[in-house]
Amino acid sequence: MAATAAAGLLTRGAFGAFAHRAPRSLTALKTRQCSSELATERDEKTKRSPFRPAASTTHDWIGPPNPLSNIRPIVYHVPENESELERRLRHLRQETEDWNHNFWTKQNISFSQEKEEFIFSQLNRKGLTMRDEEGRRRSLNSEEMAVFYKRFLDTNRKRHGDYNREWYRRNFTITLLMARVALKQMWTTVTERYNRPNTSS
Amino acid sequence: MYKTPCSRLSGVVGVSLKQLIQNVPHCNQTARCLIQLHKRDPSRWLTYQHLNFLKRQYVTKNNSELHQRAAQKAAPCPTSVEERDDNGVERRVQRIPTLDPVLTDNVSSSENITSKAPPGISTSEPYDDAAVREDSALCVVGAPKETPHVHVETDEAREARLDRQWKQLKVDGAQLPDIYAQLAKIKLTALVVTSAAAGYAMAPVPFDPVIFVVASLGTCLASCSANSINQYFEVPFDSNMNRTKNRPLVRGQISPLHAVSFALACGVPGVALLTLAVNPLTGFLGGLNIFLYTCCYTPLKRHSIANTWVGALVGAIPPVMGWTAATGCLEPGALLMGGFLYCWQFPHFNALSWNLREDYSRGGYRMMSVTHPGMCKRVALRHSLGLIGLSTVAPALGVTTWTFPVISLPINLYISYLAFVFYRRGDRSSARKLFFCSLWHLPMLLLLALTCKKPRGGPEEAAAPALALQS
Repeated sequence: MAATAAAGLLTRGAFGAFAHRAPRSLTALKTRQCSSELATERDEKTKRSPFRPAASTTHDWIGPPNPLSNIRPIVYHVPENESELERRLRHLRQETEDWNHNFWTKQNISFSQEKEEFIFSQLNRKGLTMRDEEGRRRSLNSEEMAVFYKRFLDTNRKRHGDYNREWYRRNFTITLLMARVALKQMWTTVTERYNRPNTSS
Repeated sequence: MYKTPCSRLSGVVGVSLKQLIQNVPHCNQTARCLIQLHKRDPSRWLTYQHLNFLKRQYVTKNNSELHQRAAQKAAPCPTSVEERDDNGVERRVQRIPTLDPVLTDNVSSSENITSKAPPGISTSEPYDDAAVREDSALCVVGAPKETPHVHVETDEAREARLDRQWKQLKVDGAQLPDIYAQLAKIKLTALVVTSAAAGYAMAPVPFDPVIFVVASLGTCLASCSANSINQYFEVPFDSNMNRTKNRPLVRGQISPLHAVSFALACGVPGVALLTLAVNPLTGFLGGLNIFLYTCCYTPLKRHSIANTWVGALVGAIPPVMGWTAATGCLEPGALLMGGFLYCWQFPHFNALSWNLREDYSRGGYRMMSVTHPGMCKRVALRHSLGLIGLSTVAPALGVTTWTFPVISLPINLYISYLAFVFYRRGDRSSARKLFFCSLWHLPMLLLLALTCKKPRGGPEEAAAPALALQS
């Protein structure tokens, strides 16, 4: 089906079909998609990419919601003595962000495309054109649209279920890792403070 | 779930909440519109205006198709102005049309995304005033042109504007109370505490203010905890729905770990307070409610329509908790109070979800209004009629006097009538009417029940105190 084919095109690198139509959003998408590859080079990266600030060494940056997926991109900071645990956490968060972005982009795009197709087919069945005499778009009433909404939910049931399970799993893991990192940081601070009086005397 | 205005809270609590909202520097869209409304007519800002604002929000959602059409025209000005005011669906829809093959002018539509998206986002950011003024200035420049709008902004200016929308992910101490209030869904929590207090007040025991305060506090903490966990679970879904996209976790104002810690810091003391200071039964009910809300209702929302029934149960437990806090045991009266809330939930939520079908469908939420519209309307009607039945059972159980079914009949009949109209017509306006009716119906019903509360003592004293209460 056209919608799934179009959605399938939105994998990394395959932007040809949309390039001429949506240059700006395409760039946003491309920058967004490439962020996880750039993650490992974040330390040396001083040049600013088009839509995001340089990674600071102290805090992450969070940006405006992406127009396609409504997920907010985050530029993660890399501390100087990043431990293995912190690196794992950062990679997991970046990966989850990209995965979320992909899912919601596909979802939103396929939703709007299928909705257009539905409206088009319903209007055709009634023998009406997409636009009326004044050039405005016709729309269906909420009862007719409800048929589409139900169908969309039913056809995507398994996909949504898989996404939910995966999202819960990732969310828990990230939070657990965050807790471990925080505890470890607290522990190092406490032990440093404890050791400092001994070494200074 | 609830969009109950905090105008329902009387007195100091309501006023302080309003001040809380007004003091937030970059408050969300709802509060901004509230403030604009209040400035217009401050003498009435606690009552009618808030409801009016909610109506306005629904009216704009109702006109989402209109706005979609307007987006095709040359002038972007009207739509971007309206986007600033509204939280409606049209903003989301306007972002997506770029990839829509049906649109005629694809190049200008792509520019639509970048010119429209910032007004949509920036209204929730601190720099929105500057950004939006910039945009409206651009619109003024663009409007007189005949051709579909030419993007006037230079690349550097656009980059600068987008860069301003990036924020550092660090916790701002000054904003923490407001963040916590949003995280805990303070208005919903206030409603829950009110219903628990009503349950306490209706119990046929002497009123103990200390236990009353402790029970209310415990319920409040438990509710805050449950709401925080709910938001923690739903971050990507919330970011895609208009109603919820300005929540603190979505905006990154705090980390998920922080939210979970806050939930634990509220939940554990709350349940402990209820168990130790009130009684174990109330503590158990509080813990059960948290579990039902976070581990049953929240995941079920995406799997099955049974979530609505679980949600109704979650709403029904607080008055039961209030009653058990007073008496220490589960009596039929407690179940009756819970029954009122349970039945009320259906016309309230079904009517609300009727007009959000598109957002629910796109977000993957399985709600009755989307998958089983007929059942949705039937259930709302059935439970509205059930309210009349419950009001009649109340005096039979000794909770209220026989005056109660009589004086509550008008409002119960009215909500049943609106539910019937919704059942027959099933359109946006009847759903809206039913929803707004449910907002004032519940407080009114609880108040009437309170005034008709059966006085303790012999039946010979029953008449005089009842009259005294009602006068």
